[in-house]
Amino acid sequence: MITLEMLCLRFATLTPEDLVHWIEEGHVRPDAMEGRLVFRDIDVARVRLILELRDTLAVNEEALPVVLSLLDQVYALRRRLLEAGLPADQG
Amino acid sequence: MGMADDPYQVLGVARDATPEAIKKAYRKLARAHHPDLNPGKPAAEARFKAVSAAHELLSDAEKRARFDRGEIDAEGQEQAPAGGYRRHAEAPGGARYDGAAPPDAMFDDLLAEMFARPRGEGAARGGPRPGRDASYRLTVPFASAVLGASEELTLPDGLTLRVQIPPGLETGQTLRLRGQGSPGWQGGPAGDALIEVTVAPHRLFTREGFDLRLDLPVTLREAVLGGAVEVPTLAGTLRVTLPAGSDTGRQIRLRGKGVAAQGARPAGDLLLTLRVVIGPPDAALEAFLRDWVPEQPQDPRAGLEAAL
Repeated sequence: MITLEMLCLRFATLTPEDLVHWIEEGHVRPDAMEGRLVFRDIDVARVRLILELRDTLAVNEEALPVVLSLLDQVYALRRRLLEAGLPADQG
Repeated sequence: MGMADDPYQVLGVARDATPEAIKKAYRKLARAHHPDLNPGKPAAEARFKAVSAAHELLSDAEKRARFDRGEIDAEGQEQAPAGGYRRHAEAPGGARYDGAAPPDAMFDDLLAEMFARPRGEGAARGGPRPGRDASYRLTVPFASAVLGASEELTLPDGLTLRVQIPPGLETGQTLRLRGQGSPGWQGGPAGDALIEVTVAPHRLFTREGFDLRLDLPVTLREAVLGGAVEVPTLAGTLRVTLPAGSDTGRQIRLRGKGVAAQGARPAGDLLLTLRVVIGPPDAALEAFLRDWVPEQPQDPRAGLEAAL
Protein backbone atom coordinates (compact mmCIF):
# COMPACT_ATOMS: atom_id res chain seq x y z
CA MET A 1 0.00 0.00 0.00
CA ILE A 2 1.62 3.25 -1.08
CA THR A 3 0.46 6.83 -1.47
CA LEU A 4 -0.02 8.79 -4.67
CA GLU A 5 3.19 10.74 -3.99
CA MET A 6 5.21 7.57 -3.54
CA LEU A 7 3.71 6.05 -6.66
CA CYS A 8 4.66 9.09 -8.74
CA LEU A 9 8.23 8.88 -7.44
CA ARG A 10 8.43 5.26 -8.53
CA PHE A 11 7.92 5.89 -12.24
CA ALA A 12 10.00 8.55 -13.96
CA THR A 13 7.46 9.28 -16.69
CA LEU A 14 4.40 9.38 -14.43
CA THR A 15 2.92 12.75 -13.46
CA PRO A 16 0.22 13.27 -10.82
CA GLU A 17 -1.97 14.76 -13.58
CA ASP A 18 -1.80 11.52 -15.57
CA LEU A 19 -2.56 9.47 -12.52
CA VAL A 20 -5.49 11.61 -11.41
CA HIS A 21 -6.88 11.46 -14.93
CA TRP A 22 -6.64 7.67 -15.00
CA ILE A 23 -8.33 7.47 -11.62
CA GLU A 24 -11.13 9.73 -12.86
CA GLU A 25 -11.56 7.48 -15.89
CA GLY A 26 -11.59 4.36 -13.72
CA HIS A 27 -8.41 2.96 -15.31
CA VAL A 28 -6.75 2.89 -11.89
CA ARG A 29 -8.87 2.20 -8.82
CA PRO A 30 -7.09 2.98 -5.56
CA ASP A 31 -8.67 2.79 -2.12
CA ALA A 32 -9.58 5.85 -0.09
CA MET A 33 -8.20 5.62 3.42
CA GLU A 34 -8.42 8.38 6.01
CA GLY A 35 -8.87 10.98 3.30
CA ARG A 36 -5.92 9.75 1.24
CA LEU A 37 -5.65 7.56 -1.80
CA VAL A 38 -3.66 4.38 -1.26
CA PHE A 39 -2.50 2.01 -3.98
CA ARG A 40 -2.21 -1.76 -3.67
CA ASP A 41 0.38 -3.85 -5.49
CA ILE A 42 -2.13 -4.57 -8.26
CA ASP A 43 -2.70 -0.84 -8.73
CA VAL A 44 1.04 -0.20 -8.98
CA ALA A 45 1.38 -3.00 -11.55
CA ARG A 46 -1.59 -1.53 -13.40
CA VAL A 47 0.01 1.91 -13.54
CA ARG A 48 3.17 0.32 -14.86
CA LEU A 49 1.17 -1.49 -17.54
CA ILE A 50 -0.57 1.72 -18.60
CA LEU A 51 2.77 3.52 -18.80
CA GLU A 52 4.18 0.70 -20.95
CA LEU A 53 1.14 0.80 -23.20
CA ARG A 54 1.56 4.54 -23.60
CA ASP A 55 5.34 4.97 -23.66
CA THR A 56 6.60 1.72 -25.16
CA LEU A 57 3.73 0.54 -27.33
CA ALA A 58 2.54 4.05 -28.32
CA VAL A 59 -1.09 3.35 -27.44
CA ASN A 60 -2.67 6.77 -27.46
CA GLU A 61 -5.10 8.33 -25.02
CA GLU A 62 -8.17 7.49 -27.14
CA ALA A 63 -7.25 3.83 -27.61
CA LEU A 64 -6.21 3.26 -24.01
CA PRO A 65 -9.73 2.66 -22.59
CA VAL A 66 -10.47 0.19 -25.39
CA VAL A 67 -7.26 -1.76 -24.78
CA LEU A 68 -7.79 -1.80 -21.01
CA SER A 69 -11.40 -2.86 -21.33
CA LEU A 70 -10.49 -5.78 -23.58
CA LEU A 71 -7.62 -6.77 -21.30
CA ASP A 72 -9.90 -6.68 -18.27
CA GLN A 73 -12.33 -8.97 -20.04
CA VAL A 74 -9.56 -11.40 -21.00
CA TYR A 75 -8.27 -11.52 -17.44
CA ALA A 76 -11.74 -11.95 -15.98
CA LEU A 77 -12.27 -14.94 -18.25
CA ARG A 78 -8.86 -16.42 -17.50
CA ARG A 79 -9.43 -16.04 -13.77
CA ARG A 80 -12.68 -17.91 -14.11
CA LEU A 81 -10.97 -20.68 -16.08
CA LEU A 82 -8.20 -20.98 -13.49
CA GLU A 83 -10.72 -21.00 -10.66
CA ALA A 84 -12.55 -23.81 -12.41
CA GLY A 85 -9.29 -25.73 -12.69
CA LEU A 86 -9.20 -25.56 -16.47
CA PRO A 87 -5.98 -24.92 -18.41
CA ALA A 88 -5.90 -21.32 -19.62
CA ASP A 89 -2.57 -21.45 -21.48
CA GLN A 90 -1.98 -22.68 -24.98
CA GLY A 91 1.73 -23.19 -24.30
CA MET B 1 18.48 -12.89 -24.07
CA GLY B 2 21.02 -15.59 -24.57
CA MET B 3 24.61 -14.82 -25.51
CA ALA B 4 24.16 -16.21 -28.98
CA ASP B 5 21.26 -13.88 -29.85
CA ASP B 6 22.31 -11.07 -32.10
CA PRO B 7 20.28 -7.95 -31.20
CA TYR B 8 20.01 -6.95 -34.87
CA GLN B 9 18.52 -10.34 -35.69
CA VAL B 10 16.20 -10.20 -32.70
CA LEU B 11 14.74 -6.92 -33.93
CA GLY B 12 14.95 -7.97 -37.57
CA VAL B 13 16.90 -4.90 -38.67
CA ALA B 14 20.04 -4.42 -40.73
CA ARG B 15 23.32 -3.62 -38.99
CA ASP B 16 23.25 -0.11 -40.40
CA ALA B 17 19.61 0.51 -39.45
CA THR B 18 18.79 4.08 -38.37
CA PRO B 19 17.70 4.73 -34.77
CA GLU B 20 14.20 5.43 -36.13
CA ALA B 21 14.07 2.08 -37.91
CA ILE B 22 15.24 0.35 -34.73
CA LYS B 23 12.60 2.08 -32.65
CA LYS B 24 9.92 1.23 -35.18
CA ALA B 25 10.91 -2.43 -35.31
CA TYR B 26 11.04 -2.59 -31.53
CA ARG B 27 7.62 -1.00 -31.15
CA LYS B 28 6.07 -3.43 -33.58
CA LEU B 29 7.56 -6.48 -31.83
CA ALA B 30 6.76 -5.11 -28.38
CA ARG B 31 3.12 -4.68 -29.34
CA ALA B 32 2.99 -8.25 -30.58
CA HIS B 33 4.72 -9.86 -27.62
CA HIS B 34 4.02 -7.76 -24.53
CA PRO B 35 3.33 -10.43 -21.88
CA ASP B 36 0.37 -8.59 -20.38
CA LEU B 37 -1.28 -8.57 -23.79
CA ASN B 38 -0.52 -12.30 -24.28
CA PRO B 39 -1.45 -13.93 -20.99
CA GLY B 40 -2.06 -17.30 -22.64
CA LYS B 41 1.30 -17.52 -24.41
CA PRO B 42 4.24 -18.02 -22.05
CA ALA B 43 6.60 -17.88 -25.04
CA ALA B 44 5.66 -14.26 -25.58
CA GLU B 45 7.33 -13.26 -22.34
CA ALA B 46 10.71 -14.65 -23.37
CA ARG B 47 10.38 -13.07 -26.77
CA PHE B 48 9.45 -9.71 -25.26
CA LYS B 49 12.45 -9.84 -22.93
CA ALA B 50 14.78 -10.57 -25.83
CA VAL B 51 13.27 -7.78 -27.90
CA SER B 52 13.50 -5.31 -25.01
CA ALA B 53 17.09 -6.24 -24.28
CA ALA B 54 18.03 -5.88 -27.94
CA HIS B 55 16.37 -2.48 -28.06
CA GLU B 56 18.01 -1.42 -24.84
CA LEU B 57 21.38 -2.14 -26.37
CA LEU B 58 20.82 -0.75 -29.84
CA SER B 59 18.92 2.38 -28.80
CA ASP B 60 21.93 3.55 -26.82
CA ALA B 61 24.39 4.91 -29.37
CA GLU B 62 27.40 4.31 -27.16
CA LYS B 63 26.44 0.75 -26.25
CA ARG B 64 25.58 0.03 -29.86
CA ALA B 65 29.01 1.24 -31.00
CA ARG B 66 30.77 -0.85 -28.36
CA PHE B 67 28.74 -3.90 -29.35
CA ASP B 68 29.54 -3.32 -33.03
CA ARG B 69 33.23 -3.14 -32.11
CA GLY B 70 32.87 -6.37 -30.16
CA GLU B 71 33.71 -4.71 -26.84
CA ILE B 72 30.57 -5.97 -25.15
CA ASP B 73 28.33 -8.89 -25.82
CA ALA B 74 24.59 -8.89 -25.94
CA GLU B 75 24.17 -9.95 -22.31
CA GLY B 76 23.22 -8.15 -19.16
CA GLN B 77 21.11 -5.41 -20.68
CA GLU B 78 17.77 -6.60 -19.45
CA GLN B 79 15.57 -4.06 -17.85
CA ALA B 80 13.08 -4.88 -15.12
CA PRO B 81 10.82 -7.53 -16.62
CA ALA B 82 7.46 -6.38 -17.93
CA GLY B 83 4.40 -8.51 -17.43
CA GLY B 84 3.99 -7.90 -13.72
CA TYR B 85 0.38 -6.94 -14.09
CA ARG B 86 -0.60 -10.35 -15.40
CA ARG B 87 0.20 -12.11 -12.14
CA HIS B 88 -2.04 -9.71 -10.21
CA ALA B 89 -4.83 -9.74 -12.74
CA GLU B 90 -5.13 -13.51 -12.68
CA ALA B 91 -5.10 -13.74 -8.89
CA PRO B 92 -8.50 -13.49 -7.14
CA GLY B 93 -7.72 -9.83 -6.34
CA GLY B 94 -7.79 -9.11 -10.06
CA ALA B 95 -11.56 -8.76 -9.84
CA ARG B 96 -10.79 -5.19 -8.76
CA TYR B 97 -10.66 -4.25 -12.44
CA ASP B 98 -13.58 -6.33 -13.67
CA GLY B 99 -16.41 -4.67 -15.50
CA ALA B 100 -17.25 -1.01 -15.60
CA ALA B 101 -15.40 1.56 -13.58
CA PRO B 102 -17.04 2.65 -10.33
CA PRO B 103 -18.85 5.99 -10.50
CA ASP B 104 -15.93 8.35 -10.68
CA ALA B 105 -17.80 10.87 -8.55
CA MET B 106 -16.63 8.68 -5.69
CA PHE B 107 -13.15 10.05 -6.06
CA ASP B 108 -13.94 13.54 -7.24
CA ASP B 109 -14.21 15.09 -3.81
CA LEU B 110 -11.13 13.35 -2.55
CA LEU B 111 -9.06 14.25 -5.59
CA ALA B 112 -10.32 17.81 -5.58
CA GLU B 113 -9.45 18.13 -1.93
CA MET B 114 -5.97 16.69 -2.43
CA PHE B 115 -5.24 19.06 -5.24
CA ALA B 116 -6.71 22.01 -3.42
CA ARG B 117 -4.52 21.82 -0.35
CA PRO B 118 -0.75 22.22 -0.28
CA ARG B 119 0.91 18.84 -0.09
CA GLY B 120 4.41 19.86 0.93
CA GLU B 121 7.32 18.90 -1.32
CA GLY B 122 6.21 18.12 -4.81
CA ALA B 123 2.84 19.77 -4.36
CA ALA B 124 3.65 22.31 -7.05
CA ARG B 125 3.77 19.51 -9.64
CA GLY B 126 0.00 19.35 -9.37
CA GLY B 127 -0.58 22.84 -10.70
CA PRO B 128 -3.95 24.40 -11.56
CA ARG B 129 -6.33 22.16 -13.41
CA PRO B 130 -9.69 23.06 -14.89
CA GLY B 131 -12.70 21.42 -13.29
CA ARG B 132 -14.63 18.70 -15.06
CA ASP B 133 -17.60 19.37 -17.32
CA ALA B 134 -20.90 18.25 -15.90
CA SER B 135 -23.60 16.80 -18.18
CA TYR B 136 -27.31 17.24 -17.62
CA ARG B 137 -30.54 16.70 -19.53
CA LEU B 138 -33.37 19.18 -19.65
CA THR B 139 -36.82 18.94 -21.21
CA VAL B 140 -38.15 22.36 -22.18
CA PRO B 141 -41.75 23.26 -23.04
CA PHE B 142 -42.52 23.60 -26.75
CA ALA B 143 -43.35 27.29 -26.34
CA SER B 144 -39.99 28.04 -24.70
CA ALA B 145 -38.13 26.61 -27.68
CA VAL B 146 -40.29 28.72 -30.03
CA LEU B 147 -40.20 32.05 -28.23
CA GLY B 148 -37.04 31.67 -26.15
CA ALA B 149 -37.22 31.59 -22.37
CA SER B 150 -35.32 31.19 -19.19
CA GLU B 151 -35.77 27.74 -17.67
CA GLU B 152 -34.66 26.38 -14.35
CA LEU B 153 -32.74 23.13 -14.14
CA THR B 154 -32.70 21.33 -10.79
CA LEU B 155 -29.39 19.54 -10.32
CA PRO B 156 -29.04 16.20 -8.52
CA ASP B 157 -27.62 18.02 -5.49
CA GLY B 158 -30.77 20.15 -5.19
CA LEU B 159 -29.21 23.36 -6.51
CA THR B 160 -30.83 25.06 -9.47
CA LEU B 161 -29.28 26.42 -12.62
CA ARG B 162 -30.81 29.17 -14.77
CA VAL B 163 -30.69 28.14 -18.41
CA GLN B 164 -31.38 30.64 -21.19
CA ILE B 165 -33.25 28.87 -23.98
CA PRO B 166 -32.69 30.59 -27.32
CA PRO B 167 -35.64 30.59 -29.73
CA GLY B 168 -35.24 27.86 -32.33
CA LEU B 169 -33.65 25.31 -30.01
CA GLU B 170 -34.19 21.73 -31.17
CA THR B 171 -34.19 18.36 -29.46
CA GLY B 172 -30.69 16.91 -29.23
CA GLN B 173 -28.90 20.24 -29.08
CA THR B 174 -26.52 20.87 -26.21
CA LEU B 175 -26.23 24.14 -24.34
CA ARG B 176 -22.92 24.97 -22.68
CA LEU B 177 -22.91 27.04 -19.52
CA ARG B 178 -19.36 28.21 -18.99
CA GLY B 179 -18.03 27.80 -15.49
CA GLN B 180 -21.07 25.94 -14.19
CA GLY B 181 -19.39 22.52 -14.02
CA SER B 182 -17.16 21.16 -11.28
CA PRO B 183 -14.88 23.67 -9.57
CA GLY B 184 -11.27 23.86 -10.77
CA TRP B 185 -8.34 22.66 -8.72
CA GLN B 186 -5.57 24.85 -7.37
CA GLY B 187 -7.01 27.98 -8.91
CA GLY B 188 -7.87 26.35 -12.24
CA PRO B 189 -11.07 27.46 -13.98
CA ALA B 190 -14.31 25.65 -13.27
CA GLY B 191 -15.61 23.19 -15.86
CA ASP B 192 -18.72 23.81 -17.96
CA ALA B 193 -22.23 22.50 -17.58
CA LEU B 194 -23.36 20.72 -20.75
CA ILE B 195 -27.12 20.50 -21.03
CA GLU B 196 -28.67 18.22 -23.61
CA VAL B 197 -32.10 19.52 -24.43
CA THR B 198 -35.29 17.74 -25.37
CA VAL B 199 -38.14 19.90 -26.64
CA ALA B 200 -41.51 18.61 -25.43
CA PRO B 201 -44.13 18.08 -28.14
CA HIS B 202 -47.19 20.36 -28.33
CA ARG B 203 -50.80 19.24 -28.56
CA LEU B 204 -51.66 21.69 -31.36
CA PHE B 205 -48.46 22.88 -32.98
CA THR B 206 -45.73 21.00 -34.81
CA ARG B 207 -42.41 22.37 -35.95
CA GLU B 208 -40.60 22.14 -39.29
CA GLY B 209 -37.30 23.90 -38.81
CA PHE B 210 -38.27 27.42 -37.85
CA ASP B 211 -41.83 27.18 -39.21
CA LEU B 212 -44.81 26.13 -37.13
CA ARG B 213 -47.84 24.23 -38.34
CA LEU B 214 -51.33 24.39 -36.95
CA ASP B 215 -54.52 22.66 -38.10
CA LEU B 216 -57.16 25.38 -37.91
CA PRO B 217 -60.78 24.22 -37.61
CA VAL B 218 -63.22 26.52 -39.44
CA THR B 219 -67.01 26.42 -39.75
CA LEU B 220 -68.79 25.76 -43.04
CA ARG B 221 -69.86 29.41 -43.17
CA GLU B 222 -66.30 30.67 -42.59
CA ALA B 223 -64.99 28.32 -45.27
CA VAL B 224 -67.59 29.36 -47.84
CA LEU B 225 -67.94 33.06 -47.10
CA GLY B 226 -64.48 33.82 -45.71
CA GLY B 227 -64.01 36.52 -43.09
CA ALA B 228 -62.04 37.30 -39.98
CA VAL B 229 -61.30 34.50 -37.50
CA GLU B 230 -59.26 34.48 -34.34
CA VAL B 231 -56.23 32.17 -34.30
CA PRO B 232 -54.56 31.28 -31.00
CA THR B 233 -50.76 31.28 -31.24
CA LEU B 234 -48.02 30.79 -28.68
CA ALA B 235 -47.38 34.55 -28.76
CA GLY B 236 -51.03 35.56 -28.36
CA THR B 237 -54.23 35.66 -30.41
CA LEU B 238 -54.06 36.76 -34.05
CA ARG B 239 -56.90 38.03 -36.25
CA VAL B 240 -56.70 36.37 -39.63
CA THR B 241 -58.95 37.07 -42.63
CA LEU B 242 -59.90 33.90 -44.47
CA PRO B 243 -60.49 34.15 -48.21
CA ALA B 244 -63.96 33.09 -49.38
CA GLY B 245 -64.28 29.54 -50.71
CA SER B 246 -61.51 28.01 -48.58
CA ASP B 247 -61.54 24.21 -48.80
CA THR B 248 -60.27 21.82 -46.14
CA GLY B 249 -56.51 21.49 -46.60
CA ARG B 250 -56.05 25.07 -47.79
CA GLN B 251 -52.85 26.56 -46.39
CA ILE B 252 -52.43 30.07 -45.12
CA ARG B 253 -48.94 31.34 -44.37
CA LEU B 254 -48.54 33.92 -41.65
CA ARG B 255 -45.08 35.38 -42.17
CA GLY B 256 -42.93 35.89 -39.11
CA LYS B 257 -45.36 34.19 -36.75
CA GLY B 258 -43.32 30.99 -36.36
CA VAL B 259 -40.19 30.50 -34.26
CA ALA B 260 -39.04 33.90 -33.00
CA ALA B 261 -36.11 35.63 -34.68
CA GLN B 262 -32.69 35.36 -33.15
CA GLY B 263 -29.66 37.40 -34.13
CA ALA B 264 -29.45 37.53 -37.91
CA ARG B 265 -31.95 34.71 -38.35
CA PRO B 266 -35.41 36.01 -39.19
CA ALA B 267 -38.50 34.62 -37.55
CA GLY B 268 -40.12 31.54 -39.10
CA ASP B 269 -43.69 31.40 -40.46
CA LEU B 270 -46.90 29.95 -39.08
CA LEU B 271 -48.62 27.68 -41.59
CA LEU B 272 -52.34 27.23 -41.00
CA THR B 273 -54.05 24.24 -42.58
CA LEU B 274 -57.82 24.76 -42.70
CA ARG B 275 -60.09 21.94 -41.60
CA VAL B 276 -63.79 22.44 -42.21
CA VAL B 277 -65.96 21.35 -39.29
CA ILE B 278 -69.61 20.68 -40.10
CA GLY B 279 -70.73 20.78 -36.50
CA PRO B 280 -73.82 19.20 -34.88
CA PRO B 281 -76.94 18.37 -37.01
CA ASP B 282 -78.76 21.51 -38.13
CA ALA B 283 -82.28 21.25 -39.59
CA ALA B 284 -82.09 24.50 -41.54
CA LEU B 285 -78.77 23.58 -43.11
CA GLU B 286 -80.08 20.16 -44.07
CA ALA B 287 -83.24 21.68 -45.57
CA PHE B 288 -81.18 24.19 -47.53
CA LEU B 289 -78.82 21.59 -48.94
CA ARG B 290 -81.70 19.29 -49.91
CA ASP B 291 -83.13 22.04 -52.14
CA TRP B 292 -79.79 23.45 -53.22
CA VAL B 293 -78.72 23.12 -56.85
CA PRO B 294 -75.04 24.05 -57.37
CA GLU B 295 -74.33 26.58 -60.09
CA GLN B 296 -71.49 24.39 -61.35
CA PRO B 297 -72.14 20.77 -60.38
CA GLN B 298 -68.86 19.03 -59.64
CA ASP B 299 -67.73 15.52 -58.71
CA PRO B 300 -64.82 15.89 -56.24
CA ARG B 301 -63.99 12.21 -56.80
CA ALA B 302 -63.61 12.59 -60.52
CA GLY B 303 -60.22 11.34 -61.61
CA LEU B 304 -59.59 9.28 -58.47
CA GLU B 305 -60.23 6.06 -60.31
CA ALA B 306 -58.01 7.06 -63.20
CA ALA B 307 -55.16 7.64 -60.75
CA LEU B 308 -55.29 4.07 -59.42
